Formats: sequence, C-alpha cells, structure tokens
Amino acid sequence: MPVTAESIRNKLAAEMGAVHVEVEDTTTDHCSTSFKVLIVCPQFEGKPLLQRHRMVNTCLTEELKEIHAFEQKTLTPEQWEKQKSE
Amino acid sequence: MNNLFRLSVGLFRSGTGVYRLGPVSEGHASLVVARLFSSAPENNELGQLIKKDKVVVFIKGTPAQPMCGFSNAVVQILRMHGVDDYASYNVLEDQDLRQGVKDFSNWPTIPQVYFNGEFVGGCDILLQMHQNGDLVEELKKLGIHSALLDANKDEQKK
Repeated sequence: MPVTAESIRNKLAAEMGAVHVEVEDTTTDHCSTSFKVLIVCPQFEGKPLLQRHRMVNTCLTEELKEIHAFEQKTLTPEQWEKQKSE
Repeated sequence: MNNLFRLSVGLFRSGTGVYRLGPVSEGHASLVVARLFSSAPENNELGQLIKKDKVVVFIKGTPAQPMCGFSNAVVQILRMHGVDDYASYNVLEDQDLRQGVKDFSNWPTIPQVYFNGEFVGGCDILLQMHQNGDLVEELKKLGIHSALLDANKDEQKK
C-alpha cells in the first residue's frame, strides 16, 4: 500500500492521540515520497524535541522505510494555541 | 530569525547531479570518508568518530557543496553561528556509512548532528533550536561562542 498524506495523517491521529495533524506532500513530482508534518499532541508535554521526534519516527516506522524525505514539527496543544495567535 | 526560515524553505529542493570531491575550503574540517567501513560498520567505529570532534555532522555533500536542501540548512545554520571548525562526513561517498549512521542513532534520515558525541537531531530540530535560542546555549556548553551573540550586542548598541 503506497504511503500517502492521508495514510500518514490517519496513523498519527490514531496511534499518537494527536489533537491536530497536518500533512503536506512536498514531493516535487507528486510520487508521494516527501512529506512535511505538523503534529499537535498532548503526549509531547514535558518531552524534549528529540524525544518527540523519536515518538513520531516510531509511529511511522513502516512509512519511513518507503519515503525519501521527511520533515516534522511537534507541538503541545499549548504551543499550538500560542503559535496560532502569533 | 524569519529570514533563515524563508531561506531554508527555499532550499528544500532535492539535490541532484553527480557528486564530485569538492576542495576543502573556508576552514571547514571536511573529511572524506573513503571506505571507512568495509561491510556493516562496527558501532564502536562510529562511536569513536562522533567523539573525535565537538560538532560532528553527517550530510549529503560537503559544507562547501551540500547536495540536499536539508543538509544545506544544517551547514547554513552552523555558519550563521560562526561555527566553522567541525567535522563533516559525506554519506553519499559511502553507502555503508549512510546506512550505518542511521542504524547507530536509530534515526531514519540524513542530515544528522552530534554535539560532544551525543545525537542532537536532524535539520528540523537544529532549526527549531536556532529559532528558540537553544542552539546558542548548547554551543556555549561546548565552549563555542555563537557569532549571533555578538551580532545581537551590535544591534543593541545602535
């Protein structure tokens, strides 16, 4: 099953209890191999950046094997609200 | 701060083209890793490599000639902070290194940044650390005075 923005979004929402997920396919020729992800999840609270990113990496282990490039931004709900108001 | 973000967003295009050995310039300690690993790299070889220098990066290409937008972003961020004495390893040179470093850090992508032998993260993390001021602090812990501290001082004088 090919990796799509939709499949990534669903997996993150389902497995990480994320309250907000945005997935952008950044592949230049739209072959679904490059993604940019924003994840807002209460489980990130109190965790340093590296740990947050590793949580996401673990959740998407299978997908990451298929895709070429991956960017991620991990925020707690509080950080997300703050960013929205800026 | 926003300028770098715009710059790095513009740089996020996949690099293509034939890689060739660029000259070591601008005082960068660019090491060519030629056949450092014959087969699967031993953990301790990489373990030693990342401890040899305070700042170690594994990128695609070289600081003089990065071959990928994310790797370039790492090089640019370090340059902005005036960090030009660091070890850089080109994973395009050696497929065993390219896979080995991913297994070693249990991290799926390149570039990879290490401070004092400890894995820091990839381009996203370095960028966020740069934007929120953490990078200046981490460099200070390494005994590296960030150039941006001087830049800020100049601004305040005006």
